[in-house]
Amino acid sequence: MLCQSGAMNAPNSFRNQPDDRGHFGDYGGRYVAETLMPLILDLEREYRAAQADPAFKAQFDDLLEHYVGRPSPLYFAERLTEAVGGAQIWFKRDELNHTGAHKINNCIGQILLAIRMGKTRIIAETGAGQHGVATATVCARFGLPCVIYMGAEDVRRQSPNVFRMKLLGAEVIPVTSGGATLKDAMNEGLRDWVANVHDTFYIIGTAAGPHPYPEMVRDFQSVIGKEAREQMLSRIDRLPDLLVACIGGGSNALGLFHPFLDDADVKMLGVEAGGHGLDGDEHAASLLGGAPGVLHGNKTYLLQDEDGQITEGHSISAGLDYPGIGPEHAWLKDTGRVEYTSVTDKEALEGFQLLCRTEGIIPALEPSHAIHAVAERAKTMRDDQIILANLCGRGDKDIFTVAEALGVEI
Amino acid sequence: MTESNRLSSAFSKPHPALVCFVTAGDGDTAANLDALVEGGADVIELGMPFTDPMADGPAIQAANLRALARRTTTADIFALAEQFRLRHPDVPLILMGYANPMIRRGPEWFAEECAKAGVDGVICVDIPPEEDEALGPALRTKGIAPIRLATPTTDAKRLPAVLEGSDGFVYYVSVAGITGKQQAATASIEEAVGKLKASTDLPIAVGFGVRTPEQASAIAKVADGVVVGSALVELVGKYGADAPAALRELTSALADAVHSAR
Repeated sequence: MLCQSGAMNAPNSFRNQPDDRGHFGDYGGRYVAETLMPLILDLEREYRAAQADPAFKAQFDDLLEHYVGRPSPLYFAERLTEAVGGAQIWFKRDELNHTGAHKINNCIGQILLAIRMGKTRIIAETGAGQHGVATATVCARFGLPCVIYMGAEDVRRQSPNVFRMKLLGAEVIPVTSGGATLKDAMNEGLRDWVANVHDTFYIIGTAAGPHPYPEMVRDFQSVIGKEAREQMLSRIDRLPDLLVACIGGGSNALGLFHPFLDDADVKMLGVEAGGHGLDGDEHAASLLGGAPGVLHGNKTYLLQDEDGQITEGHSISAGLDYPGIGPEHAWLKDTGRVEYTSVTDKEALEGFQLLCRTEGIIPALEPSHAIHAVAERAKTMRDDQIILANLCGRGDKDIFTVAEALGVEI
Repeated sequence: MTESNRLSSAFSKPHPALVCFVTAGDGDTAANLDALVEGGADVIELGMPFTDPMADGPAIQAANLRALARRTTTADIFALAEQFRLRHPDVPLILMGYANPMIRRGPEWFAEECAKAGVDGVICVDIPPEEDEALGPALRTKGIAPIRLATPTTDAKRLPAVLEGSDGFVYYVSVAGITGKQQAATASIEEAVGKLKASTDLPIAVGFGVRTPEQASAIAKVADGVVVGSALVELVGKYGADAPAALRELTSALADAVHSAR
């Protein structure tokens, strides 16, 4: 695949990863137990067939338009731009999707694939509950039974989303093993899958896990960047100077970045959850504060100790609280194509409030990290430059966490 | 490819082999290992604890957490292995675990430490043949057997890739699932072992869900070895530092059943 413009001096396209074994440079791959391996190979074959099938794409596009509500708007945040001073700030409004986040894009794609493969039972893991809600939603829409694994600690922190999943007919299983958060929910999802490979499809929520998941999730989420690219060109006839997105596993960021990767003049910034700061242990910044290793089916940057034991991530945002990251981000970091930074809990809360007050938009805590980084960068840029950030989720689910952090009783 | 003498000897005995698993750092591990040998185990599998044991059921998950809560390090595991080798020069010792702790300092480092400690083979749950280069070549260079897993989902098309580059023995996982849960029907195990034996000269050991001497005996009738893990690990969980006596007793009953199966 050749780039469309601007990357003439780059040795290769940044858009042709992974290789046929699912490797993004040294990262990615298929590090799974033998029991799952044949299924993973099946999944890859089915995905290739679906990619080549116009009917699959037509059904995916139709559901995104009429069920999810795409294309999501591209919005110029005029008052935020004025308040910050500097570059023009634009948002891709994926928080306006059905279910309130970008997660649904991927779930639509994966459930269509599950049905195509004849699977009759869906499982998923969830951290903040957004992916669990999106999965429960598509399961209700297609009438398939749904089991969601969620860390017991997250069940407590995100009770509104737990109730949403139950309303949608899903069974929510609290996971008490390990630290009882997202990675433990993923372990339990993999244990379920390995015991039920014959009828079960695992809808992984981020661009991580064994090949072909990172590629597949990225492709389904790339609708964000494809729309944004077209919208930018049709609205102002130019591409943005900088793209910004928050990163947990990294699916919303890849969805925005990937269609622009070969536009050499478009810079990109991924924002990790800095928690209480990278100088301590309480953060979820796998790229900036971790090291390469193998977990959950792929090789990538992980939070881990010197013996390779995985350490718990921390973030005020349950959706970023994962000790790993999608392997494509690991590769994009090493190649230098994307810059990565981190934003602390406290700074994310500032970003959250800033957007509420300047634009009348209550963002999720996840993109609040990106909003803080956007404000910082905008100040250093000229007013004829453009930043485009992905507003990947809305903040209704987070108001209790924010109130607690601000010392407000509601 | 270097064949481990200790492993091949264990599978050349006139009877099927009993393979016993405990987790490193759980209870008095050195005494636990001795109890397994005294009870009659032919091969010892020492589990490397990991924070995220995705393929394990509740018993071995709990053992992993107990071992990590006691701050068991990779250096501790190799020290246990090295001391075991001094006490038991002829009993094969295998490390079983997950990729990340094995490759953290590089596969060459890990293979070198295995060689120094007298480890005969390594079972890595989450490195399938497709990712062999992450660990396999380093192990083979040092003469450590990479022991692969075959499962009920491993179809005829994949099997050659699984067997290629496997050494020591082939570990047949009798059920599609996690450790310590249900056991597969003996008939299906016999059929699966038959297919494996038609494709390889390596011994076939069967594990996952084997808990009692009766189950072990039934499997030993059709396989070269029987692997028992969760039932032993549960005893360590129950008796803690006093586990060796209980381990010796169960191992002895299992060994009698396996060794006299045919």
